[in-house]
Amino acid sequence: MKVTEKDVAYVADLGNLELTEEERTRMLRDLNSILGYIDRLNELDTSNVEPMAQVSDRYGVDQSKQGSERFAYASREDVLEGLRKSLPHEEALANAPDSDGTFFRVPKVIER
Amino acid sequence: MDLNSLTIDAARSAMQDRKTTAVDLAEAFYAKIEKDDPQIGAYLTLSKDRAFSKAAEIDALAAKGEKLPPLGGVPVGIKDVLVTRGVRTTAGSKILGNYVPPYDCTAVARMEAAGAVVLGKLNCDEFAMGSSNENSAWKPVHNPRDLSRVPGGSSGGSAAAVAADTAVVTLGSDTGGSIRQPASFCGVVGLKPTYGRVSRYGLIAFASSLDHIGPFGKTVKDTATVLRTIAGRDPMDSTSAEVPVPDYVAELEKPVRGLKIGVAKEYLGEGLDPEVRKSVEAAIQKIASLGCEIVEVSLPNSEYAIPTYYIIATGEASSNLARFDGVRYGYRAADARNLSQMYRRTRDQGFGPEVKRRIMLGTYALSAGYYDAYYLKAQKVRALLTHDFDEAFKKVDAIVTPTSPTAAFKLGDKVDDPLAMYLADIYTVTANIAGIPGISVPCGETKEKLPIGLQILGKHFDEATILRVAHEYESRR
Repeated sequence: MKVTEKDVAYVADLGNLELTEEERTRMLRDLNSILGYIDRLNELDTSNVEPMAQVSDRYGVDQSKQGSERFAYASREDVLEGLRKSLPHEEALANAPDSDGTFFRVPKVIER
Repeated sequence: MDLNSLTIDAARSAMQDRKTTAVDLAEAFYAKIEKDDPQIGAYLTLSKDRAFSKAAEIDALAAKGEKLPPLGGVPVGIKDVLVTRGVRTTAGSKILGNYVPPYDCTAVARMEAAGAVVLGKLNCDEFAMGSSNENSAWKPVHNPRDLSRVPGGSSGGSAAAVAADTAVVTLGSDTGGSIRQPASFCGVVGLKPTYGRVSRYGLIAFASSLDHIGPFGKTVKDTATVLRTIAGRDPMDSTSAEVPVPDYVAELEKPVRGLKIGVAKEYLGEGLDPEVRKSVEAAIQKIASLGCEIVEVSLPNSEYAIPTYYIIATGEASSNLARFDGVRYGYRAADARNLSQMYRRTRDQGFGPEVKRRIMLGTYALSAGYYDAYYLKAQKVRALLTHDFDEAFKKVDAIVTPTSPTAAFKLGDKVDDPLAMYLADIYTVTANIAGIPGISVPCGETKEKLPIGLQILGKHFDEATILRVAHEYESRR
């Protein structure tokens, strides 16, 4: 599979990036070089292999259960306050680039 | 007494015996940082108020003759991807240039609860993405053993600070080798524990199924002491495991005689520098002479580890880094007309080239039409790579390999070739993919006096065995 200029533009769009012309040219070259290397995975026959998303499942999963019950190890009882109290409003907004003291403020969402 | 070169135990007993104080020790470390760090670049932010207030607390304990906690008064440094309440945390990125976290990472909180004095935050590759520390948005780190060379990455500052005596021990993170490879390049010890051994709460996420927190130290024992402090279940991280934490320090004293140590030919093949090979082979001989049985094992799918890793890691990164949007914290581009443009410009200006490259690669691999070919395929190969270790560990207690195929390279050497940079992690990524623990311990030097590291890999949750082998090797080398 070869990445095209169109793919780069499409993927940048999905990733919420703009990228300059120069960056796009470089990206095209780098992605093709890296994906060329990654294509060697196709040498392996994995038709009978179950995908492995993460390691924790090896330790806690109850194989005798179905669906989400298998992952009971990773859940807990719901508690009203959560495991820690919510941040005070002021602290939660302290790092915001722009706020009115109650809400985060952002540029216009819809153009008229 | 040279205060800066002390190990944890030496520093703690000096304070306990009132030969020095925690405040004097912190002052000595800040003086050393002021003198030496401008050439090295390991520190990004100093947390003097926090450090001196903790030091005073420890001194009050010592003055009353009370027993100091395990890390009482010990000056430590923290990689800048671990959040610290009230202390700027940037992850090496411009996009978090002014971020002051409202909470503490669990590992840091546990270090401080055990008495550690946090000196400051350590430089790293942006969002821990890199193998040379040259991707830091702020400044590169120079290897204390040779300033023209990289310290490795991504935890370059954490390794360099221990090597330069500007911290006793440090915390780093390891997603594909980011603790072990810089430990190897700087001539210190670095440990990546089992996935789930240490809570990741408060670690700024890069690739959640591969990220680990772990310690750097001058000795294996120091890393064992830190691991004992930070390990164990944390309700704030559902992937932290409910597995008992042994006394890793006491376990070091058990004999290594009779252990079966695996050597995998796949880790000693093409691409391995001859000097590194020689040094690692000598280390294997040494381990045999300690009474261990050397057993040949095979990890047949190893050559697929790097491609597997770069699909999984970038896929997870593209999703984790979506949160940086200029709304709730961090940098925001100034001149946007609407929300969508604000997101794009913020991310364009806030992220560096390697981070953008990985977001692009990960987004591509997860996008419609390519998911099965790349991401799903990589998850299947991940199962095969893990199976390789399962089979090998039926025969052996630990596996020894080189940590990195070469010693530290020069700054600028690989910046234009991302693939060449990725290959610096060829022997370390497998442990992240399988979630097994690994430690890098110094095993010699090249002719140019550059450190070489030996990697010891273990079974899931069996840090005790690899620490024990590393400790015995270190003390008999």
